[in-house]
Amino acid sequence: MAELIDCRGLSCPEPVLQVRRALQETGEKTLHVLVSSAAARDNVKRAAAALSWEVQVESTEDGYKLILNKS
Amino acid sequence: MKEKAAIIIAGVVLGLAALLLAWYGNPANMGFCIACFLRDIAGGLGLHRAEAVQYLRPEIAGLVLGAFFAALAAREFKAVGGSSPLLRFLLGLLMMVGALTFLGCPLRMILRLAGGDWNALVALPGYVLGIWVGTLFLRKGYSLGRSGPQGALNGWVAPVTALILPLLLVAAPALIFTSETGPGSMRAPLALSLGIGLLVGVAIQRTRLCTMGAIRDLILFREAQLFLGVFSIFVVVLVGNLILGKFNPGFIDQPVAHSDGLWNFLGMAVVGLGAVLAGGCPLRQLVLSGEGNSDAWFTVLGMIAGGAMMHNFGLAASAAGTTPAGRYAVIIALVLLLVIGAAHSGAAMARRSSPAEAAGSQSKA
Repeated sequence: MAELIDCRGLSCPEPVLQVRRALQETGEKTLHVLVSSAAARDNVKRAAAALSWEVQVESTEDGYKLILNKS
Repeated sequence: MKEKAAIIIAGVVLGLAALLLAWYGNPANMGFCIACFLRDIAGGLGLHRAEAVQYLRPEIAGLVLGAFFAALAAREFKAVGGSSPLLRFLLGLLMMVGALTFLGCPLRMILRLAGGDWNALVALPGYVLGIWVGTLFLRKGYSLGRSGPQGALNGWVAPVTALILPLLLVAAPALIFTSETGPGSMRAPLALSLGIGLLVGVAIQRTRLCTMGAIRDLILFREAQLFLGVFSIFVVVLVGNLILGKFNPGFIDQPVAHSDGLWNFLGMAVVGLGAVLAGGCPLRQLVLSGEGNSDAWFTVLGMIAGGAMMHNFGLAASAAGTTPAGRYAVIIALVLLLVIGAAHSGAAMARRSSPAEAAGSQSKA
């Protein structure tokens, strides 16, 4: 089970700060992130890409799930 | 690359909007100003009686409605809220203390800069300083807590209110206040103001342009996406002013401005810090309101209340400069912002990322 970061309901830049910290600290190859707004989705996506992680986005009931894979 | 092009276009739209509105009657260097216009709306509703600054500025209504339609079309409209609404009201009010000391929101600071008003050049480092202090809190885990889904009506309050304001102008001018002299009497035609507001609302909703985010993201992430948008506002307005002969460099006798340097600096520091703590500059708060974010609308209501307070208590600055009481208000605002920032850093973060909560959300997902 991949590590999951729940950023639902957090306003930017909090999701980006949390995800960046996690990406820099994690030993995992895959990380899952939940966000509830399109702004957070795009910002996390951009931040992860900047740190060379591949990003897939799925829609969920209350927002988006981002699957980040170390590339 | 597409995102970069989009945000530059949004900046160009906003820059052209400001030029056009000032050309067609809005006060100089004030084609589009969120703080000034919310202050005018407070006056238009009779919440303060400063006769020179009363008008239900249709640009604000257009902005909220434009964001609303753009969000609907993109399926991004969602009623959310419940993240410390009362503190957000206070943050909005405090931002107005700073803005009405400097005489403008961050957007107008850019417009003033592009018009050659060097007082804005003194205010800009204050804004950056305020934002930098805010990022220190963010790094320590500052958060006002999570928002959550709300009943749809919560999201409709802002756009419906925005619809009613211009209707009042047309249908019930006797109920409201409209300046006959001063900045409030200087206005572009209603339809133009409303239409341009709508366009700007769409552009900003699509790109999430924010004058605070521009600088915050540079400091936090060395990320220049939003900055590109804000910088293009400046370039467009500067070039436009040069062409139109409206570029008048100097400190003295600038339109709706004063040269009280220290307080211009501190005023914008208040706005910068307040905007980080509220998660968006005044402009962005209006756009978020249109997207259904009721927390952002609380911030806007706080700004309107702040505008009323600044004029009712004689705290607002004017072309003549700041007032003694207004200077105290700026200091008090700074202290309150630091208290809010400190109180919501650290501990809040630890609580949020507790293993129990993470496990709970995992099973829900």
